[in-house]
Amino acid sequence: MTTFHPFRMDRRLRVARGIVWGTMGVIVLGFFRAQILEHGRYELKSRTNRLKAITLPAPRGVITDRRGAVLAENVPGYTVSLLPADTAAMRATLWRIAPIVKLDSAAIGRVLARYLRVPYQPAVVLADAPFPVVSTLEERRLLIPGLVIQTEPKRHYPDSGDIAHLIGYVGEVTEQELAQRRNAALGLGALVGQDGLEREYDDSLRGADGLRFVEVTALGHVVRDHGASPTLRPVSGAPLRTTIDLDLQRFVARIFPAGQRGAVVAMDPNTGEVLALYSAPGYDPNRFVGGVTPDYWRTLSENEAHPFFDRAIQARYPPGSTWKLALAAMALKRGLVTMHSHMPIPCRGGLQYGNRFFRCWQAKGHGDLTLQEAIAQSCDVYFYQLGLKLGLSSVLEDANAWGFRGRTGVDLPGEIPPEFPTGTDYYDRIYGSRHWTSAVTLNLAIGQGENAQTLISMVRLYQMLASDGREHTPYLVHPNIPSDVSLELSAEQLAGLRQAMIAVVERGTARGARREAISIAGKTGTAQNPHGPNHGWFIGFAPADKPRIVVGAIIEFAREGPYVAPLVARVIARYLGVDTSAASVVRMVLPSDTAPATVQVLPSALPDTVRHDTVPPDTTRKDTTHVLAAPRDR
Amino acid sequence: MFSRLREIDKPLISVALALAAYGLATLYSAGQTDVPTAVATIWVRQLVWLALGAVAAALVFRTSPRLLEWASPYAYGAIVLLLMITLVIGTGAGTAAGSKSWIAIGGHRLGQPAELGKLAVILMLARWIADRREPPATLRELVYPGVIMGIPFVLVMLQPDLGSAIVFVTILFAMLFWAGTKPQLLILLASPAIGLILAFSTIAWGAWIVLLFGLLLWWRSYVWEGLAVMMANVLMGVVAFPFWRHLAPYQQNRLLAFLNPEVDPRATGWHVIQSKVAVGSGGFLGEGFTLGSQKRLAFLPAQHTDFIFSVVGEELGFVGVVVALTLFLALLLVLLRIARRATDSYSSLCVFGIAGLLFTHIVENVGMTVNLLPITGIPLPFFSYGGSFLLACSLAMGIALRVAWESRQSGYAEL
Repeated sequence: MTTFHPFRMDRRLRVARGIVWGTMGVIVLGFFRAQILEHGRYELKSRTNRLKAITLPAPRGVITDRRGAVLAENVPGYTVSLLPADTAAMRATLWRIAPIVKLDSAAIGRVLARYLRVPYQPAVVLADAPFPVVSTLEERRLLIPGLVIQTEPKRHYPDSGDIAHLIGYVGEVTEQELAQRRNAALGLGALVGQDGLEREYDDSLRGADGLRFVEVTALGHVVRDHGASPTLRPVSGAPLRTTIDLDLQRFVARIFPAGQRGAVVAMDPNTGEVLALYSAPGYDPNRFVGGVTPDYWRTLSENEAHPFFDRAIQARYPPGSTWKLALAAMALKRGLVTMHSHMPIPCRGGLQYGNRFFRCWQAKGHGDLTLQEAIAQSCDVYFYQLGLKLGLSSVLEDANAWGFRGRTGVDLPGEIPPEFPTGTDYYDRIYGSRHWTSAVTLNLAIGQGENAQTLISMVRLYQMLASDGREHTPYLVHPNIPSDVSLELSAEQLAGLRQAMIAVVERGTARGARREAISIAGKTGTAQNPHGPNHGWFIGFAPADKPRIVVGAIIEFAREGPYVAPLVARVIARYLGVDTSAASVVRMVLPSDTAPATVQVLPSALPDTVRHDTVPPDTTRKDTTHVLAAPRDR
Repeated sequence: MFSRLREIDKPLISVALALAAYGLATLYSAGQTDVPTAVATIWVRQLVWLALGAVAAALVFRTSPRLLEWASPYAYGAIVLLLMITLVIGTGAGTAAGSKSWIAIGGHRLGQPAELGKLAVILMLARWIADRREPPATLRELVYPGVIMGIPFVLVMLQPDLGSAIVFVTILFAMLFWAGTKPQLLILLASPAIGLILAFSTIAWGAWIVLLFGLLLWWRSYVWEGLAVMMANVLMGVVAFPFWRHLAPYQQNRLLAFLNPEVDPRATGWHVIQSKVAVGSGGFLGEGFTLGSQKRLAFLPAQHTDFIFSVVGEELGFVGVVVALTLFLALLLVLLRIARRATDSYSSLCVFGIAGLLFTHIVENVGMTVNLLPITGIPLPFFSYGGSFLLACSLAMGIALRVAWESRQSGYAEL
């Protein structure tokens, strides 16, 4: 009997056939399950494998001045991004394109960090790529897996530095901001306003980003736009019309003495509309578009003039003699004096009070003055006595009621409140109960002592003087809730104060500001600076009879001579359409006050609008402490 | 010559030609990627190999089985020698760059001797079994065929090429089965391998040893045989963990990824996941010829060799898969029919061995694309790019055609 007997072979053949059929059946079932039953699942996996979403940034809203002239617009720019398969591929690709896009190892590190934060989004390598770089990259597309080049709206500020503090700039959102603004539809890598109006009105300016899908290979090569997948169109941000007069703003920036630090604020006294807001030194907001270079950031942050600092709303200065108008208004409101009242002691160059001698800025004395003359001459002795007549508690009460302790509420980020005592308990706390005398009243009376105001806060005082005594909160875009703060002065009293201020310009301390065609009312001031030359103030409005503009200016270390009053006068003249060609540089006599105030000029903390996190850690400022004043407490 | 052609086995040649055409078309499609690679033009080279294979098949078709039977030991010896040389001068390629599978002269890779080795082992086993006329009845009688299979098996394992080595084992079992070896004996022979696998769970292994003991008593095997089998199983249980550690990490990972591809989706499980995604996204009708996105975008690895069947699944869908599997099924059934009607036992064993070889390759390669089997890099007949295996398949078809022709001549009617 052989093993190859047909009968036995047939049996084995049946077994073999059974095994073949059975196995094939199992395999077909396996494919049936994968291809028919689980088709949807794998179809989805296939799509997520190869389709990558790329954000289409929405154009930000255009910002214009009051007449529609552009302050901030969008121009087309190219962004170069990478959509890598993994970190190793990302690093390799970055090194490959480094010579083309000029990346050093630190820049590569930053791109990698950005990629690791959002691994499934394209990481921006170059936010504002010049065209030659873009074309070079396009030629080498096959060698650069995951290369995404997009035209994106790029922010542009035609007036760059002239409007820097006003407009601010845009930058990539930080993780802290993301945490703070959880409600906003923000993703990592989104551009948000970082300062000024860009930040204040970011929510309306930003618009809604779109999405598009691209098909990528396993190595990350972007093969084609995926036509079938719906593209979500970006919705551009709402335009923003401001109250700024661009012509005036440019004029201020042009005539502001070069190299000086200071600020200018121009307002419509009848509405609170801010016409110009300038702070010097400034910076170029265009250089922040698409990421500031570390070099430029270092230049700015290590600059001891602090260019980021908006001196109009973020710096406190002792108001000096500009404060005298506040004191005069308090006395008039309380009916203690009229414009023609004399003080008991005429000015002989100073006032003996207790065991101290408080000098007047003019050592030879002013003689016997009326209030009107005292304002014009800025006589300290007169105001010492006026302050004593009012009494400390009245001064504190009125100053607090008129808002000299609070922010003005201007619609700009980072405004700091001025400093002023809340009441007498403030002095108890500082010096200890019974350890201070009403000598503090004398200091307060002439704008020294425990009083530090921001420029915009003082401009607000003059706005009230220039209008009917009521406060109009300064604003750039939206008028704020009507303020119920008022000086509560009669029309005659207001007119008297204006008359006194006209006298300041015509005959008094601000003769340099005189203009033939217009009557400017205003007041000079000197802010004592323990660190060097004093700071010069001038705040004025015109026309004096029916004011249309109030302008305040401060120049730090006015060492070059008191340009301040002529500067303000030229700004006013420009706005009112008066010829400014005959700009004369007249030296202005500024009162040199005596009160030994050591009020802080710069705040001890930097404004929170300054961003620390967009730059490498080595560029953080180190040498700022000597610029900041010593602690105020004595 | 033409009279012979007229008597040729038409089902076999038409199925083989259909598979070759299907495979070539799929290979062409596999090269159509969005970022072009060297794979784009390899279908032309495959065409050249097909032509060479056709010539070789024609030559074998003209060779008498008697001549083959006489030449089998020489072919076997030559292949063993070649495999030894490969271990010395061999080079790696592709996904297994670290192994020594290829014979290369002057940097130009000629081929993988292991593929031809499979055919040589079939011929040698057929000759040995046919000479005996009786099936091996005891384990001792299985030593000789074990050695015939074992030498190339060990040489291939040393390359290392686990996939091909396993094919040698299945060929041995297929041919012993066809020779009429008792199933009990085959189970006893296979028991050490089962013991090895079950050794990873102590309870399962213990149960297996008890079951095996029962089986040995039931089948009344010789005492020394039973002892040898038990010893071998115990030994496997002992060496299982050292053996596991001895496996190359890629081999371990393949087995782990088979059990759970999601363990490490970007590395170990990548092949399985991407293959399943490609096949699954194909759906019923597929994405269209040359249009498979997973393949086009290079997510599918080794799309021209190991995972070429995933291309079929993605582009032609379930329909294309069923057509391909039907053709493979037809091929195997035709081969079984030829083996059944062969005029002599040598021819019959040769053809059945060929069927076993192709069956193993088809099931393993197709099964791994949907994760029914762990990944081993063995090619799919007529589809995967590769000259050596295509040549081996062509030679196998030549042998089968000759055997079919012989039986036709001796009076078997056409089905």
